[in-house]
Amino acid sequence: MKGETPLVIGGKEIKNRFFLGTGKFKSKSDMKQSIIESGVQVVTVAMRRIDTKRHPENILEYIPEDTILMVNTSGARNAKEAVRIAKLAKEASGINWIKIEVINDSKYLLPDNYETIKATETLVSEGFTVLPYMYPDLYVAKELQKIGAAAVMPLGSLIGSGQGLKARKFIEILIWEIDAPIIVDAGIGKPSQAAEAMEMGAAAVLANTAVASAGNPAAMARAFSLAVKAGRMAYLAQLNENKDVASASSPLTGFLYDEKK
Amino acid sequence: MISIEELKRILNHNDKHFIEDMAQRAREITIKYFGRAISIYAPLYLSNFCDNQCIYCGFNRKSGIKRKKLTLEEMHMEMEKVSASGIQNILLLTGGSRKMTPVDYIKTAVNAAKKYFPSISLEVYPLEVDEYRELFLAGVDGVTIYQETYNKKRYRTLHTAGKKTDYTYRFETPHRIAKSGIRMINMGVLLGLSEAAEDVYQLFLHLEKMEKNDPGVEYTLSFPRLIPLKESKVDYFDISDTTLIKLICTARILFPRVGINLSTRESALIRDHAIMLGVTKISAASKTNVGGYRSDDHNDPQFEVRDHRSVDEIVAMLKQKGFDPVFTDWRRIPN
Repeated sequence: MKGETPLVIGGKEIKNRFFLGTGKFKSKSDMKQSIIESGVQVVTVAMRRIDTKRHPENILEYIPEDTILMVNTSGARNAKEAVRIAKLAKEASGINWIKIEVINDSKYLLPDNYETIKATETLVSEGFTVLPYMYPDLYVAKELQKIGAAAVMPLGSLIGSGQGLKARKFIEILIWEIDAPIIVDAGIGKPSQAAEAMEMGAAAVLANTAVASAGNPAAMARAFSLAVKAGRMAYLAQLNENKDVASASSPLTGFLYDEKK
Repeated sequence: MISIEELKRILNHNDKHFIEDMAQRAREITIKYFGRAISIYAPLYLSNFCDNQCIYCGFNRKSGIKRKKLTLEEMHMEMEKVSASGIQNILLLTGGSRKMTPVDYIKTAVNAAKKYFPSISLEVYPLEVDEYRELFLAGVDGVTIYQETYNKKRYRTLHTAGKKTDYTYRFETPHRIAKSGIRMINMGVLLGLSEAAEDVYQLFLHLEKMEKNDPGVEYTLSFPRLIPLKESKVDYFDISDTTLIKLICTARILFPRVGINLSTRESALIRDHAIMLGVTKISAASKTNVGGYRSDDHNDPQFEVRDHRSVDEIVAMLKQKGFDPVFTDWRRIPN
């Protein structure tokens, strides 16, 4: 059994490894209930949805005070825009945690890794805690780590698709090779897929659509939270899975070495 | 899965079960990609001066309406009124007169609007790339441009004078908008001007081409149905409620991530049902005449509004139907 190591991002220890997105809910009170009932500590909010004025429809009014708020740069099409959105977030609300989302493709909504690196570099140098959302590419992840990303957030599959870990193999490589926390983001459609990501060794999982569009969002958020916990336990308990490296036992050729031969 | 090529078959297929199945599929996709959020906006008419002669339009240069354009002071008064109702996403409109409402006039309106609205869109006559660029830098996020009809022959018959007679210039407008850096483009046809199946088929091909060549833009579609002028002698194509609903569902299935708008030219009944099927953005408490938000001015509207509900009533309806009304969906960043 591996020992648990705390997940620390931006100097804060995160106990609940399930992160929740706040878009797409049918009501803001559903969103609030989902945060409370699942015990989620980290939530993402799109800067484009944040209103600086206080009024009953302002999303910020529905996020419990002790929650860590991570602003995403949804709508940014390049590094420059992502940086501007991040700065606006800091000015407007003092929020320092930024999930960089640079998407220049409205059809597939795939992140632009090249622009993501540029935005990460600028924002890290300006003191932000930066969590870039990216397409799982080892070289890009290494670069993001080198320039100071607080975590790396590869997509599981296309945003909102609920297709689960289509990029499993490549995320696995990031988990093996990158020291920064790997947080699987996008495409996670059900708790079992979140558990699968955690069993692989992901540091955390972020979901939004699957919770927001569920019949009972709060119960689904709780299910995700538990699945993430279970997946983490399974990872620490060391699953006996197929390995990509050599295995000690040789069921097919072992007879060659049998002394009774 | 359906393909764009099947549109004609879909529009001719009136089996209840088929339509219901399509609606269910459209709803499922909408929830998957947009959740249960509906954005709200309002139009604001700056001017009704027009150099064109679109024979179906109340603003056309030969119509005898009282012409008006807002002064800067009037713009502020209108904007303040709209903003006070909770609207944060404004669509500024002019008629097709470059002479009476030049780019500088539009820019003045955009600068005024920045004081009240985090998101500003335009529906004005087609511009050049550098002009769109100028307005983008001034704070414009989106532009609406309808081809009206993709049937070239019909287009020529309906647009008899002014710059708008140039079909190709209008067709190429979305690409010019995209090149300027503007982030949202709303495309559409005016349903009723021509045969819907062919028009919308061409609209979908146009959108498909735009998505491929200018992928960095957020696209939305509109399906405005023509409301014929009272004394119009033009033959229009009747677009039934069923056809409209099928078009919305087909658009959603073919373009899962594209937003769909539905304005107050549709009745409350249609709008309240359409949001269940694929519409993601609706206008509220719209006035379609110049200066219409202040009750002291009653010039002719561009079209008659059919859904007169207030912003608060629209919000209440959305909540009652299990939707989250979204007022802030963009925050201006220095472009």
